[in-house]
Amino acid sequence: MTSNFRIGDPLIRASKLRKEFGDFTAVNGIDFEVRKGESFGFLGPNGAGKSTTMRIIAATLTRTSGEITILDKDPEVHGPEIRAHLGVVPQQDNLDAALTVEDNLYIYGRYFGLSKKFIRNKIEELLEFAQLEEKRSVKVEALSGGMKRRLTIARALISEPEILMLDEPTTGLDPQARHILWDRLFRLKEQGVTLLITTHFMDEAEQLCDRLMVMDKGSIMAEDSPASLIKNFATKEVLEVRFGSGRNVELADTLRTHCDRIEVLPDRVLMYAESGEDLLHRLVSNGLQPLTSLVRRSSLEDVFLRLTGRTLVD
Amino acid sequence: MSATENATLKSEMVRRGSLHLINVPRIKRWGAYYVLEARIRNMSKWKFSILAASIGSPLFYLISVGIGVGSFINSHSAGRGIDGVKYMTFLAPALLAQVAIQDGLSEVTFPTLQGFKWEKNFFAMNSTPLTGRHIAVGTWLSAIARISLTVVAYIAIMYTFGAIHGWSPLLAIFTAVLGSAAFSALMMGATAAIKNDDMFLTLLQRVAIMPLFLFSGTFYPLKSMPEFLQWIGWCSPVWHATELGRWLTYDHPLNGNSLLIHFSYFAVMLVGGLWFAIRTFEKRLAK
Amino acid sequence: MSSMKEHVSIAVAIAEKRRGRRSERIYSGRARAVLERSAIAFKSSAWVVILSGFLEPVLFLFSFGYGVGKLIGTIDVGNHHLVTYAQFIAPALLATSAMNGAIYDSTWNVYFKLKFDRIYHAMLATSLGPLDVALGEIGWALLRGLVYATGFMAIVMPLGLIHGAGALFAIPAAVLIAFGFASIGMAITTYMKSFQQMDMINIVMLPMFLFSGSFYPITIYPEWLQVIIKILPLWHAISLIRAIALGVVTIGTFGHLAYFIAMVAIGLVLTTRRLYALFMR
Repeated sequence: MTSNFRIGDPLIRASKLRKEFGDFTAVNGIDFEVRKGESFGFLGPNGAGKSTTMRIIAATLTRTSGEITILDKDPEVHGPEIRAHLGVVPQQDNLDAALTVEDNLYIYGRYFGLSKKFIRNKIEELLEFAQLEEKRSVKVEALSGGMKRRLTIARALISEPEILMLDEPTTGLDPQARHILWDRLFRLKEQGVTLLITTHFMDEAEQLCDRLMVMDKGSIMAEDSPASLIKNFATKEVLEVRFGSGRNVELADTLRTHCDRIEVLPDRVLMYAESGEDLLHRLVSNGLQPLTSLVRRSSLEDVFLRLTGRTLVD
Repeated sequence: MSATENATLKSEMVRRGSLHLINVPRIKRWGAYYVLEARIRNMSKWKFSILAASIGSPLFYLISVGIGVGSFINSHSAGRGIDGVKYMTFLAPALLAQVAIQDGLSEVTFPTLQGFKWEKNFFAMNSTPLTGRHIAVGTWLSAIARISLTVVAYIAIMYTFGAIHGWSPLLAIFTAVLGSAAFSALMMGATAAIKNDDMFLTLLQRVAIMPLFLFSGTFYPLKSMPEFLQWIGWCSPVWHATELGRWLTYDHPLNGNSLLIHFSYFAVMLVGGLWFAIRTFEKRLAK
Repeated sequence: MSSMKEHVSIAVAIAEKRRGRRSERIYSGRARAVLERSAIAFKSSAWVVILSGFLEPVLFLFSFGYGVGKLIGTIDVGNHHLVTYAQFIAPALLATSAMNGAIYDSTWNVYFKLKFDRIYHAMLATSLGPLDVALGEIGWALLRGLVYATGFMAIVMPLGLIHGAGALFAIPAAVLIAFGFASIGMAITTYMKSFQQMDMINIVMLPMFLFSGSFYPITIYPEWLQVIIKILPLWHAISLIRAIALGVVTIGTFGHLAYFIAMVAIGLVLTTRRLYALFMR
């Protein structure tokens, strides 16, 4: 069991992975590979199949067809053996509300069969990690949302997992708490922990992930590093213009003649160009003076829009 | 980036990694015990309520009905009592069976609904190496632990009230726990299988537990009921456990056949119930 | 649109009329809106619970009235007036079911609204006053008490356990009992902070049911215990309905009536004050 994996070895391999719930296809025959030490992100809107894929990897949901191995094992045969090496942070915190912060960490450690002595030492480290030292004897039901989130993440680390799986880890956290968490995740990565993250925050994906899989409606739309995705699926810059409600749609055809690709959103129009400033000049000199305009660099948001025709957060 | 980027944690341990830390075969063997440990930690937060509810209710029935109603019954029967003993002695083992079943029931239904629905902590357990079988069996064992405590306390009360004498009533601890353990297993499975649990606990109490309590020969011999109502008793775990309890606490006659029926009833319910519970737990976790 | 205006002007008129009165902030005269909310929120599935709640005293009546009755025979309710055991316990079960129905609606339901749904918070942010909320919520509990009492009567009368005039007066008496318990129940609930404290209510209810003379006259108890029981509301409830049902109304019966009227008044005052203190200060 204690066969070691080295950095770069594939830990998760999926091919033609498929999951149906009745008539609904949540995951539609996807292939991917995650290697040890990398930070791998699933990016997509709600219902894209991210969480379903995560639960199959976590060996708590059976697949309909296709193949998948985690740590070279089939989750349907070796559930406990796989879960022993995963740290799972679910989308919704499922802490034991009647127990204290410390007790929550303790019993979770016991679920992994860890010795009481080991757990006691580890709790100190994790309380510091999650900045919950002063809350150790407080019942979980009295914690704020952010504190609960940090506790759930700390809890997932009690067994020093090989793979840490985070489903929307920073949803509901304030900006400072997010940065602290990102920093902690970097450190884990440095120690060789493989990270699996789902998110619909672009900045989070760009900050944390070496590799991203963009999912929509159960399928993979693209898979690459954040930088390459932007390079391949978007122009260098984006010009955002607003003409006031109603007029955006009206002017769409005219605007289209000025650049290769535009996206009309309810409140603004996105125009993709190598130089946003130049494009804006052309519009103004053609009598198309927007109410407001903004030039910015392309982001993953634009990649997603390009790939799926939809914005990520509705 | 944030200022904490290069800060190290004071208490950081040298990371060994799960591949070296965790002994999976051991968890597979002891998983249910870890769940039991967690449940007991949880239950200890409710010590007072649990104690008051499980000791209080039979104690009040024993005094109000056993002594109060009993005084009328004993005088109406000119001191002959009922089933050859005074009313208190007749009633006490039935209440013992009832309290065991009631306690076991609340100790499996609440955690099951909490685990799957209210707090979803069963899903947290299942994201560790623990399986549905561990979680089901561990929760069930915690119910047995609570039942055992209540039953022992209650037997002590029965001695104090002079409802029972001698050593043989001590064996009723075993039959009361057995009856409740079997029924709890079945009800744990039912709770996990239920989809809409809005009114489940209230309904279970009123439509199943209360009628079983009232029509299982608890307050008077089952035989004095019309035959179509005796059926309720024959199906009821309360009646089977009561009969065994009466057999052990006073000279309530049971022949070999009856004994075989009572014990087989519980054996089948225990094995079948546990199998059913494990299956429904596994199914619900994988949904 | 015009009817909307009309409504607004009526509301304004009501508010104008009440302006300056001391009661203005306490009571706006629209408790019915609170009642209406309960009716809308009432799920069809809750009928099963209502039905099952009605079933409980009926089952008790059959089990005890029939089974235990056989072992006891008749009971002397005073002055050598002998009644069958079923006749003796039926009024007690009616009183108890009125209590249970009222307490269920006015404690647990109120607790959830108070603690988790923050419904009163929203209500009291409108022109509704705390007394509107209290009356509306308690009114709902009463309706339930009425349904239970009528249902129980429909079973008991054909069996000949309660007769004509007794039955006629027993229903309003049961509603008054429900009113008393609902008012006090809601008042107590506004002080509750946790589930454990709420559990205390159940822990108190059972012994009250078992010792308040449901199953036999309390005269068999030692004097000191009788005194304690006579302080508790359920004994008054049971005695009231028993007197009405068995046709043995005395001056003491009016004492029981007075007890419940006082209970209603105290409950309403406490609830109103408490809601005011919790949400409007």
